[in-house]
Amino acid sequence: MIKRNRREIFLVKDDIAAVPNRWDVLALMVVLALVVGLAWTARQMASPYYIGQALTVSLSPSHLPEYAMRTVLRIFIALIFSFLFTFIFGAWAAKSPRAERIIIPLIDILQSVPVLGFLSITVVAFIELFPDSLLGPECASIFVIFTAQAWNMVLSFYQSLRTLPPDMHEAADMFHLTAWQRFWRIEVPFAMPGLLWNTMLSLSASWFFVVFSEAITVANQKITLPGIGSYIALAIAQANLHAVFYAIFAMLVVIILYDQVLFRPLIKWSEQFKLGQTPDDKESESWVTDVLQRTQTLRYFGMAFNVFSDKFINFRLFNRPMKYVTKLPSERATFAVDMLYNSVVAIAVIATVVVLARFIFHEVGMHELLRVLVLGSYTTTRVFILVVLCSLLWVPIGVWVGMRPRATQIVQPIAQILAAFPANLLYPLVVVLIVTYHLNVEIWVTPLMILGSQWYVLFNVIAGAAALPKDLRLASANFGVKGLLWWRRFIIPAIFPYYVTGAITAAGGAWNASIAAEVVSWGHTKLVAHGLGAYITQYTTQGDFPRIALGIGVMCLYVLVFNRVLWRPLYRMAEERFSVS
Amino acid sequence: MQTSQKTNILTVRDVCKSFKKDRTQEMLVLKEINFTLNEGEIVALLGKSGSGKSTLLRIIAGLIRPSSGEIVYRGRPVLGPARNISMVFQHFALMPWLTVLQNVELGLEALGVPRDERRTRALKAIDTVGLDGFESALPKELSGGMCQRVGFARAIVVNPDVLLMDEPFSALDVLTADNLRSDLMDLWKDKKTNTNGIIFVTHNIEEAAALADRIIIFNSDPGTIRAELQVELKQPRDDQDQSFRKLVDDIYTLMTTSMTTGAELAGTKYKDIGIGYRLPDIEISELIGLLETVDAEGENGRMDLPELAESTHKDIDELFPLTEVLELMRFGNVSKGDIEINADGRRFVELDILERKKVFAHHLIAYVPLAKHIRRVLDERPGHRADEERFLRELEDHLSEDEAERVLRVAIDWGRYAEIFAYDYNSGSLSLENPS
Repeated sequence: MIKRNRREIFLVKDDIAAVPNRWDVLALMVVLALVVGLAWTARQMASPYYIGQALTVSLSPSHLPEYAMRTVLRIFIALIFSFLFTFIFGAWAAKSPRAERIIIPLIDILQSVPVLGFLSITVVAFIELFPDSLLGPECASIFVIFTAQAWNMVLSFYQSLRTLPPDMHEAADMFHLTAWQRFWRIEVPFAMPGLLWNTMLSLSASWFFVVFSEAITVANQKITLPGIGSYIALAIAQANLHAVFYAIFAMLVVIILYDQVLFRPLIKWSEQFKLGQTPDDKESESWVTDVLQRTQTLRYFGMAFNVFSDKFINFRLFNRPMKYVTKLPSERATFAVDMLYNSVVAIAVIATVVVLARFIFHEVGMHELLRVLVLGSYTTTRVFILVVLCSLLWVPIGVWVGMRPRATQIVQPIAQILAAFPANLLYPLVVVLIVTYHLNVEIWVTPLMILGSQWYVLFNVIAGAAALPKDLRLASANFGVKGLLWWRRFIIPAIFPYYVTGAITAAGGAWNASIAAEVVSWGHTKLVAHGLGAYITQYTTQGDFPRIALGIGVMCLYVLVFNRVLWRPLYRMAEERFSVS
Repeated sequence: MQTSQKTNILTVRDVCKSFKKDRTQEMLVLKEINFTLNEGEIVALLGKSGSGKSTLLRIIAGLIRPSSGEIVYRGRPVLGPARNISMVFQHFALMPWLTVLQNVELGLEALGVPRDERRTRALKAIDTVGLDGFESALPKELSGGMCQRVGFARAIVVNPDVLLMDEPFSALDVLTADNLRSDLMDLWKDKKTNTNGIIFVTHNIEEAAALADRIIIFNSDPGTIRAELQVELKQPRDDQDQSFRKLVDDIYTLMTTSMTTGAELAGTKYKDIGIGYRLPDIEISELIGLLETVDAEGENGRMDLPELAESTHKDIDELFPLTEVLELMRFGNVSKGDIEINADGRRFVELDILERKKVFAHHLIAYVPLAKHIRRVLDERPGHRADEERFLRELEDHLSEDEAERVLRVAIDWGRYAEIFAYDYNSGSLSLENPS
C-alpha cells in the first residue's frame, strides 16, 4: 500500500527495539526542558500577593523568555479548561434537545461579547476567592483567556456531533457501546479535525487579548501579572520602541514554535480522523512528527499511552452496561415535561431581559441608548468598509498565489502564522505614525481593526484557488476565457465558498479587535476614535457597569444582525450554488 | 433443538411503522408485517427501494421502534438493541480512525471483555474472514470488499445468535460481491460461527435466490409482504442451472404481477395516477435507452425481464423505476416477468430528437397530472410565470417535505426536456418563456 506511513504518531509495533537511538536524546532534552520550565513557572503563580502590592515588570529583554513562558502556561491552562468545557457543553447540547435550546443561543451571544466585558465583572470575584495569593489575579487572567477560546470550540464540537453519520450511530447502538466508550471512540475522533482548526483560531484570539488579560485594572489598582502582555503594556506606557520590537520578536518566536511543535504534528495526527477516501489529498508535513516517529523511547510512551487510553475508555466506573430497555416513557408524559421546560426557559429569558434592562436604564436614559446605537453604526461601517477593502486587496493576490503551487507552499504557512500573530503589538507603531504626520484619527485607526484578521481572507482564497479542478482551468483557457470574463464567470464563483468563510472570520475578528483598535495609546498620547469599541473600553477602565452592559448588549445586537442579514445568506448561497464538488 | 419441527428464533408480529410528515399527517412505510426466522435459516427481504425493508431490519435490530406490533426474540420482546443480535451495514460503518483490529474489538470492548481475550478473539475473527495481515491497517487503506470483510468480522466476533445484514453486498462491485457471498456461505455451511439465523435485505433478485432458504417479497408504498417463497434448492447453487433460472424467473413474475394488480383489477392495462404520485427518479435518456434496447433486442417489442436486467446491467432497484415510468408514460407495460413496448413506444424510438420531444410532451401532459397541472397554471397566469413554492405547497398535501421536493424536481426535469415549460434555478420560478 502506498499510504502505509499515514499512521498515528503513537504507533504500536511489535518490532520495537530496546536500544535508544540518537533521536531519543533529542526528544528527551525537549521533554525535560518543557517539564522543568513549566514546573518552575507554575510555582511562581501561587506566590503570596495582596492588592496594592506592586508587581514589577522589567523591560529588560533578558526577562522575555520567562515572561513568554508564563504567558504560554496561562494560555494552555485556559485551553485545558476550554476543552473540558467544550466536551461537556458541546456534547450536552448535541445530545439533549432541551439543553440545546439554551446552550446554543447562549454561546452564540457569548461569542459576540467582547472579551473585555468578562474581565471587569469577574476579576473581583476571583481575587476574593484566593485572598493574599497571586492565584486570584492569575485565575482571573486565565478566565479571560478562556473566554477568548471556548465558544467557537463548543460550536464546532456541537456541529460535528450533529453531523455524525447515522450508520456510525447505529453501529454503536448495535454493538452496545456505553455512552463513555461512544464518546471517546466515535464522537471525539470524528470531531477532532474541526475542533483542532478551531483551537488554532482560539489560540490566535488568546494571543490577541494577552495584553488585556495580564494588565488588569481593578478597583483603580493596576495589577500587572508577569508575562508578555504586561511587558507590552509597560513598553507602550513608557513609549519604549526598542522594548516593543523585542516583544514582537519574542512573540514571533513563540508563535512559530507552537505552530511547528504543537499544531503541525497535531494536524498531521488528526488527518486519520477525516472521513471519506481522498487518496490524492496532500498529507500535511511535520518534522516534529518525523523525529518522534524515529525515537524508540517515545514509542514506548506511545504503547503506554495506548494501554492507558484503553484503561481510561474501558474504565469500569464509567461503563455501566446499558440496561436492557423494558419500559418506554409514554409520549404524553414526555410532551408535558417538554412544555413545562419550555415555559420555564421562556420565563427565565424574559426575567433576565427585564432585570438587565432595569439595571441599565436605571443609570442611563434613552438618549444614551441612542448615542450607543449611533456609535455602533460607526463601528459597523468601519468593519464593512474594511472587509470590502481587504477583499479587493487579497482576493487577486490569493488567486495569483493559489494557482501557483510553489508560491502557495511558501505563502500559505506564512499567512497562517501572520494570522496567529497578535496584531495589536503593531498598534504602537501606527500611533507613532499618526502622531508624527498629524493624520486623522477616525480614519487611520480603522485599518488596525483588520490588521490581524485580514490573513484569513488571504489564506482561504489561496486554498480555494489551489483546490480548483485542473480541467476547469484548462477548459477556460481552451475557450479563450480571459480578463474580466475570466474573473466573473470562472474565478469568483469558484472560490466564492472559500472567500465567504474567510470574510466571515475576518469580519468577526475585526469586531473583536474594535475594542483594542479604537483606543490606542503610546506613552502619554492617547488616540480615541468614535465607535462602540472605544465606548466599551473607556467605561471598562472606569468600571461603569451599566454602560459596559449597554455597550456589550448593543455590540452583540449589531454582530447578530450583521451575521443574519449578510453572512448567513451569503454562506448558504455559497454552499448551494457555488460548491465545486 | 427439535429435529422434526424447526425452532423459532425470532418473530415479527403485526409490525407497522409510520413517520411523522408534520404535526397532523403521518406517512405509513410498513404495514402489518408478519414473519418468523427459524433455527438454521437464511431469510431474504427482497423489494425495491421505498418498500421499507431496511426500516424493518432496523426495527428487528431494535434500533428504531415500530409504531405498532412487536418483535419477539427467543421469547422476549425487543425494545432496544439486543445482546445476541448483530448487524452488517451497507456502507460498512467502520470507524476510519480505528485500525482493522480496533474496529473488530469495538463490540467486545462494549461487552467489557478484558484486553487480552479481546485481542485473541478479534484476531481469530479477522483470520476467519481472511484478512490476516491487515490487522494494523486503517479502513482507508482497504478496498470496499475488504472493508465489508472487516464489517463481517466485527459482526461475528461477538458470537451473535442472529446476524442481520443490510444490503451487505450492494456497495461492492460484481466480482467482489460474488467472492464475498461465497465466502459467507462457506462460513455458514461449515458452522464456523455460532450464528443460528440470518436475515438480510437486498434488492438483488439473483442474490436472494442464491443465498436464501426463504424469500420474503415486499410491495412498496406502504411496505407490505407480497409473497413468501420457500427455496428448496441445495447449496451451493449454480446460477446457470435450469432450476435456478426458473426460480429467478418466478421471482420476477411475482414481483411484476404484484405491481400491476391494482390496474388489472380496474380492468385496464394502465393505472391512472393523481397529482401527488411519486414519480420515480428517472432521467429521460434512460427511458429512451430502455425503449431502444427492448426494440432492438426483444422479439416484437417483447422481452424477458431477467434477460433485460442482464443486458442493461441493472438490478431491480434501477430497472423497476424505469419500467414504472414506461407504464406511466404509456409507452409499454410489464406483466408476468415480461416487458412489452406498444406502438407508441416503437414509433417514439424511430423519431429524431426534436420529434421525440414533441411526442414526449404530448404523453407527459396527457398522463402525468402534475406536469399537466403546472402547464395549466402557467397558461392561465397573465405573466405565464409561477413560483416553485406554489407547487411544493400543493404537493406537501400528499407527500413529505423531502419527497415533495424530489417529485417536483423530477417533474421539472421531464417538463424541461419536453419543453413544455422553463425553469430558473436561481429564482426558483417556472415560466413559459425560453431563457433569453
